[in-house]
Amino acid sequence: MNSIQKLFQQKDKNLLSIYFTCGFPKLDDTTKVISALEKSNVDFIEVGLPYSDPLADGPTIQDSSQKALENGINLDIVFEQLMSIKETNKTPLVLMGYLNQMLKYGEDKFCQKVVECGIDTLIIPDLPMVEFENYYQELFEKYGITNVFLITPHTSEERIRKIDSYSKAFIYVVASASITGAKGEISNQQIAYFERIKAMNLNSKLIVGFGISDKSTFNAACSYANGAIIGSAFIKDLGKNGVDKIDNFIKPIIS
Amino acid sequence: MKSKFQPDKNGYFGQFGGAFIPELLYPNVKELEDNYIQIIESEEFQKEYKSLLKDYVGRPTPLYFAKRLSEKYGAHIYLKREDLNHTGAHKVNNTVGQILIAKKLGKTKIIAETGAGQHGVATATVCALMGLDCTVFMGEIDIERQAPNVARMKMLGAKVVAATSGSKTLKDATNEAIRYWIQNPETFYLIGSVVGPHPHPDMVARLQAIISEEMKWQLKEKTGKENPDTIIACVGGGSNAAGAFYHYMDDEDVELIAVEAAGLGVNSGESAATSQLGEVGIIHGSKTILMQDEYGQIVEPYSISAGLDYPGVGPLHAFLYESKRAKFMNATDKEALAAAYELTKIEGIIPALETAHALAVLPKMKLKKDQVLVVNLSGRGDKDLSTYIKHLEK
Repeated sequence: MNSIQKLFQQKDKNLLSIYFTCGFPKLDDTTKVISALEKSNVDFIEVGLPYSDPLADGPTIQDSSQKALENGINLDIVFEQLMSIKETNKTPLVLMGYLNQMLKYGEDKFCQKVVECGIDTLIIPDLPMVEFENYYQELFEKYGITNVFLITPHTSEERIRKIDSYSKAFIYVVASASITGAKGEISNQQIAYFERIKAMNLNSKLIVGFGISDKSTFNAACSYANGAIIGSAFIKDLGKNGVDKIDNFIKPIIS
Repeated sequence: MKSKFQPDKNGYFGQFGGAFIPELLYPNVKELEDNYIQIIESEEFQKEYKSLLKDYVGRPTPLYFAKRLSEKYGAHIYLKREDLNHTGAHKVNNTVGQILIAKKLGKTKIIAETGAGQHGVATATVCALMGLDCTVFMGEIDIERQAPNVARMKMLGAKVVAATSGSKTLKDATNEAIRYWIQNPETFYLIGSVVGPHPHPDMVARLQAIISEEMKWQLKEKTGKENPDTIIACVGGGSNAAGAFYHYMDDEDVELIAVEAAGLGVNSGESAATSQLGEVGIIHGSKTILMQDEYGQIVEPYSISAGLDYPGVGPLHAFLYESKRAKFMNATDKEALAAAYELTKIEGIIPALETAHALAVLPKMKLKKDQVLVVNLSGRGDKDLSTYIKHLEK
């Protein structure tokens, strides 16, 4: 069974996931951030692979990626870092990167490494459904890897149903038709969208992302979904206050 | 018969192309994909497009026999004068077409990316013509080195937004345009080259195809034959080359030469010769040949010309390269400058720096006396005057 699915068996409400960028703010912070998030009782962690041209990310995550690349991060180092905590870390990890990173590394080699690190869930925002169906579905199945799909307010019901049938971990519900970045509030339009999705009675668990930044937006999202992901707001805080202060950011959200 | 150089139903030219887009863009791209061919092939569109090209853009552009250039290189060299288009380059062929498509789809807000500023100006121009809102993304460095075009865009009523990430040039301007598009899915992304997710590469190629459509009858008039022996065009993303090659791609006896910018030299580390330095990868939603490091991070290209420093090529060109249908050559900054000065002196035509790269391969070719060549003179050099003056003084 997929690691996130297992998690849902124990807990399926108010799940908090945090996105962070590997190698940020310092090259060797990857494992420190994961340990700190685990200590702060984050339910699962989205591990971001820094990319030079992250089209689906906002300026905060792009800046952190650029900084991480300047720090000298690369895929081999990320996999080494993740291997080093494989035995101690108990919090499920989801890997997020762009398709070209996997393509260049070698798709099979990439999947092998991911599995070796104890990870079985990927988010690749620029992997479209048609490419998944034509090729990647089979590749991922070979390695026992699950792909997470995104849906937006503009995704048709037909497409959402299809995504539901492909999803084994969760569906990533994009809070608004926008790129990542804290927006500060949940609008009526977003609520209508969440309600529409909820009313579809999908099989998959729903995790809301994009624009979730604090306790109030987290709670609002959780009233329509199984949990939410915070990215940019966390990266901003991490860049400013460092790894030692991670608990100060997380505690107010889950208390 | 369907050409093998047309994309398949998923937008692939051989292994290149596709639409590698985040789900957030899917409805937009799908709407365009479902409608673009039908719109372009409609009588209404063709009538309006052709009429604007004739009376507003000034087409057909001349096919000029460059007598002194021909004497110098010992062949028959014709110049397809895209530099004489309104706004000074081939870019306007595409923007006139796309603005009509945007209108047909009911879009009122237009965004575009630009490198040298030619596509930005051409977009701002058609937006002014149609009374539509226009935002152009441009790399911070390009804003500096192409100041006259920035001024023109602003005068035309466009908002120019500086892209400050990465290399601060064309690649980053395209990133910012795509980001804005994701955030504002009601906008129409008027892409400037044969790049991006399907159907953009095919749509832009179809709109630039007017170049080779005219070449056919113009050559027939002048030489008695529709086909030249060789066509030369510069390639950044590749829109002028796509237009100049389009109606000749299936005629295997016509040699197609694509010229990339080698910057300070192909292997100098400061280059934009994508076919020589790149490998298969994904950029701006399309699988193509891409300059990247061993981890798939996109490498920042360099060229003196702001229109050619793109780390990829359009998927059609990647296919033309891989299938060896087109020959890929390159020219350095220095060679391009020399070619620009030469054309200016012996033909009285100041070409754009991009175009100068196409001219710069003439001395490197073994030409036959009766060989008929067409060089696509994609743009004029007004925007590059400060660079030309600076290097002339040296």
